[in-house]
Amino acid sequence: MGDTTPDFARKGSGGGASLANLSAFAPGRGGRTVAEIAAIALTALVVIGGAELALRLFDVPLYVMPPPSAIAAALVTEFPSIAPHLGHTLVELLSGFAIGASIGLVLAAIITQFPFTEKIIAPYILLLVTTPMLALVPLLILRFGFGYTPRIIAVALASGPMVMINAATGFRRVDAAKIALARSYGASTLQIFWKIRAPMALPMILVGLMIGAIFGLLTAVGAEMVGGGFGLGNRLTTYSSMIQMPQFFAVVLILSMLGIAIYLIFFLIGRRWASWEA
Amino acid sequence: MRSAKLEIDGAVKAYGDFVALSDCSFSVGRNEIVAILGPSGCGKTTLLWSMAGLHELTSGEIRLDGVPVTGPRPEIGLVFQEANLLPWRDLDANIHFPFEITGKRPDHGLIAHLLDRVGLSGFEGAMPGTLSGGMQQRAAIVRALAQEPQVLLMDEPFGALDAFTREEMNRLVEDIWMEARTTIAFITHSIEEAVFLADRIVVLTGRPGRVSRIHEVDLPRPRTTEIMASREVFDLNAAIKAGITGGHRSGKAA
Repeated sequence: MGDTTPDFARKGSGGGASLANLSAFAPGRGGRTVAEIAAIALTALVVIGGAELALRLFDVPLYVMPPPSAIAAALVTEFPSIAPHLGHTLVELLSGFAIGASIGLVLAAIITQFPFTEKIIAPYILLLVTTPMLALVPLLILRFGFGYTPRIIAVALASGPMVMINAATGFRRVDAAKIALARSYGASTLQIFWKIRAPMALPMILVGLMIGAIFGLLTAVGAEMVGGGFGLGNRLTTYSSMIQMPQFFAVVLILSMLGIAIYLIFFLIGRRWASWEA
Repeated sequence: MRSAKLEIDGAVKAYGDFVALSDCSFSVGRNEIVAILGPSGCGKTTLLWSMAGLHELTSGEIRLDGVPVTGPRPEIGLVFQEANLLPWRDLDANIHFPFEITGKRPDHGLIAHLLDRVGLSGFEGAMPGTLSGGMQQRAAIVRALAQEPQVLLMDEPFGALDAFTREEMNRLVEDIWMEARTTIAFITHSIEEAVFLADRIVVLTGRPGRVSRIHEVDLPRPRTTEIMASREVFDLNAAIKAGITGGHRSGKAA
């Protein structure tokens, strides 16, 4: 995790588009050419249309895999009933992430100032990062009931350590010359933190926030599937138990969009504020 | 001899058993350019950072206008090796960085003049990563000079640059000095650079770093190509070189 190098640099429209760094979404200064847009649209048409055609041609039952048209129709007709659940999931994700990420950021900023302390607590952080917090949800439900609380705690526990470990990597990138520069003008410890350490750590912090938010989403949906009568995860279990596959996939589609939105938000923030690190 | 602006008096710096600097004494006169010349690892940077108030000496004293330097001083500006610009700020924001720290109000007229002086007008919005090494170092010099320091310290400022850019930068420093007459002390491991820029050259020998000789460079300014090609300069170069290699040999034998 510590090795993840952020890549927020602006890419030219011609160069190295890949899904890994989402530069496919970043056309760069020049923008896309008409030919590129046409190729992208055509590919989408072939993939979606091909799936539709194949599923109808081989007469695949609706409860196995509904065709894209049925999923789209379900998304439109069922959206009013799904929307409140989307709202619940967002509440859990946003509040859990806000709590987890803040604690993670503050802890990362503090422990990196004390290398010895960091060595002592590193194994526990690793334990928190590698343990799927979903495993704790049944326990949390026993203690806190079926409301928002256990889910928000689970999201915070899942996202916090991810934010912390990446932010710590950022804060550890000490550049003695830059700190000396600030000191030569009489900078205080606080000024050095805000004007040198924090901007230097920002690219890694953004990577941590992005990974933390994605882990938070996974955990929120997972927790909703374990118990409680609301949220997108609950919709998934409900629709699958009633074999309403078009609705089921409509929810899956919404979750995918949510994940992509998270990725895009941090990618755009990174391109605006951390593109200096090429 | 000019009156001393910055005095280094018996400076010793030790890290545990390792002695980086051993009893260094010399002074930098008012409006003088002094080169501190020596091989790598002879404690030059330790010495300069101490002069800037960034290192505490183990013993000895550094005085600015007779007053001991115990920490960073606004009268002393420091130019680092390899520019040391903040890569997340554009040039303008880099030049304004010290003002944010000190809370002083920037003199925009002076900054514009300095940028023009070093040929960086129009590059205010450029990010450091998009500029050449020479341009970055010029921006770093503007950043230091915008604080209007009485003493400018430069730590091997042009060591990372190619020979042509380096010569150009040397002329630029001479020009700036002829205009502002700021007291300058700089570190270099290039004898040519030292002879071209300095009024006096302090030669350090390494392990532990100590002053082995001080050469006077009595040449008129600006130091033209003709002056730099003169017999006098040739002899001076040879004398400095002989001193360094001689010192090095005896150091090895000891």
